[in-house]
Amino acid sequence: MTALQFIFLALGLATLVCAAMVVTSPQLVHAALWLIATLACVAALFVLLEAGFLAAVQVVVYIGAIAILIIFAAMLTRRVMAETGGQTNRTWWAAVFASALLFISLVALMREVPAWQTAVSAPLPLAPEPLLEDLGQALVDVNRYVIPFEVASVLLLAALVGAIVIARPSRKTEEGGPS
Amino acid sequence: MIQDPFGWLGQLLHGWLVGLGMAPEWARALQAFLAAGALATAVLLLTFLLIWVERKLLARLQDRLGPNRVGPYGIFQTIADAIKLVLKEVIVPSGADRLVYFIAPPLAVMSVVGLWGVVPLAPNLIGSDINVGVIYLVSIGSIGTLAVMLAGWSSNNKYALLGAFRTVAMLISYEVPMVVALLVPTMLAGSMGTVEIVERQREIWFVVLAPIAALLFFISSMAEAGKAPFDLLEAESEIVAGYNIEYSSMAFGMFFVGEFLHGFTIAALTVTLFFGGWLGPGVDRFPLLGLVYFALKTAVVYFGVVWIRGTLPRLRIDQVNAFNWKFLVPLSLATVAVTAVADKLGAGLGWNRILTLLGANGVLALGTILALTIYARSVRRREDRLGAGRVTPATARG
Repeated sequence: MTALQFIFLALGLATLVCAAMVVTSPQLVHAALWLIATLACVAALFVLLEAGFLAAVQVVVYIGAIAILIIFAAMLTRRVMAETGGQTNRTWWAAVFASALLFISLVALMREVPAWQTAVSAPLPLAPEPLLEDLGQALVDVNRYVIPFEVASVLLLAALVGAIVIARPSRKTEEGGPS
Repeated sequence: MIQDPFGWLGQLLHGWLVGLGMAPEWARALQAFLAAGALATAVLLLTFLLIWVERKLLARLQDRLGPNRVGPYGIFQTIADAIKLVLKEVIVPSGADRLVYFIAPPLAVMSVVGLWGVVPLAPNLIGSDINVGVIYLVSIGSIGTLAVMLAGWSSNNKYALLGAFRTVAMLISYEVPMVVALLVPTMLAGSMGTVEIVERQREIWFVVLAPIAALLFFISSMAEAGKAPFDLLEAESEIVAGYNIEYSSMAFGMFFVGEFLHGFTIAALTVTLFFGGWLGPGVDRFPLLGLVYFALKTAVVYFGVVWIRGTLPRLRIDQVNAFNWKFLVPLSLATVAVTAVADKLGAGLGWNRILTLLGANGVLALGTILALTIYARSVRRREDRLGAGRVTPATARG
């Protein structure tokens, strides 16, 4: 076993344990923290795959923005330090069934991928710089992803405008009247 | 050996480890850990000196002597303080979330020390030359926000939570102009790697090509580091001490170290991105000279940080956020757009490229000043209408 394989297995195990803790932790903030640990492990897996850009973006977007937002929202709820009781209710068996079904169908889908059959994994191209440039070019190329990219930015702009409209104080309080 | 002393040291260590019967792969992994540990330790030891320097400078700015009892010029004061801190009792407030409470301080230190991993200290002397260095800086910095949030929440103290909330609000806001300003050196260098950014400044420093972006980056990273006038992290008059109110002993010491080191780190980052990093005359013949240049430039910028801290009063939370969202964010977006167009127009023109970029920055600066003047006049007119000089809650709120 090489050092790389050892690190990969340890990281994979850590990711799975953290992910399990997210759904079993009885406290909301703890669950959010385990989520952050899971996302950090996934970022580390990206690093092992030589995908430095994806790893950094994973940390910026998921840990730096989304997870902080989740914690912020969770902390604004009442009695956040208190435990909220059991983690399962009467329909747990349906959830187990549904997730098992999803897992089996995912495995069945993955078996269709040609690389599944070959024991040796495809060698990674060790040239990260062109890959990054390619990603940038692809986002503005008319024949590739420019439309999804623009649609996503319009969607985000709409969300931004919507947030401002909701947060905007009404005219009366702004004019100096009793708020 | 003169050309690359640290690389030579690494090879020496590698040869010795392999000689002991270690597989080359494992030896390399162990070396990477050792190097990371050495860099982090060096940076943390530097903090002892930095705390003394900052206290001494602040004292001089305020017409005091500063630490002057322990050692010559009080230089060992920090060590005495550290020993005192270590010997103190670690107090965990009742109802605190113990695990989270103790995770937060190391995270705060890590988010600052981690930044040094991609700072090129000299030619061939860098923690890791990753090709997404700039994004890495942002991502590690965002972990500091997390540490503040966790510290404030887990203390089970309303003042700590309030302090954490407003600190996080400020940190998240100021990340926006910082990230946008970081796009400018990335664009000018054509790379996100810090080594490449320094190399591209051989011809001319980026601060000449993009002075507005440099200023924007400096201001927003001052806020990220929580230096005055943005030190809302600790407002004694309003929230007692801020998010770290319940921490004592070395748990508090870690926040303290992280904060002081952050001030120096933003100086180092500004130098790397805008002031040519380790570049200087004769640096190609003697690479270690680069370390000297880098340290000197960083010291000058760091003096600026301390100077501003010692001179400007603390801002209110609404002023801080209004300054960010109404001034820094629009200006940074305009800067990126203008720089992109000017750089494209001036590409391949040699010295004309520099003139084009400088002119674009000048026009932008003039436009900003004009817009500010018009805005200030309209605000003054509105205040006159509301009753001259009378301070009501509405006018005080601005």
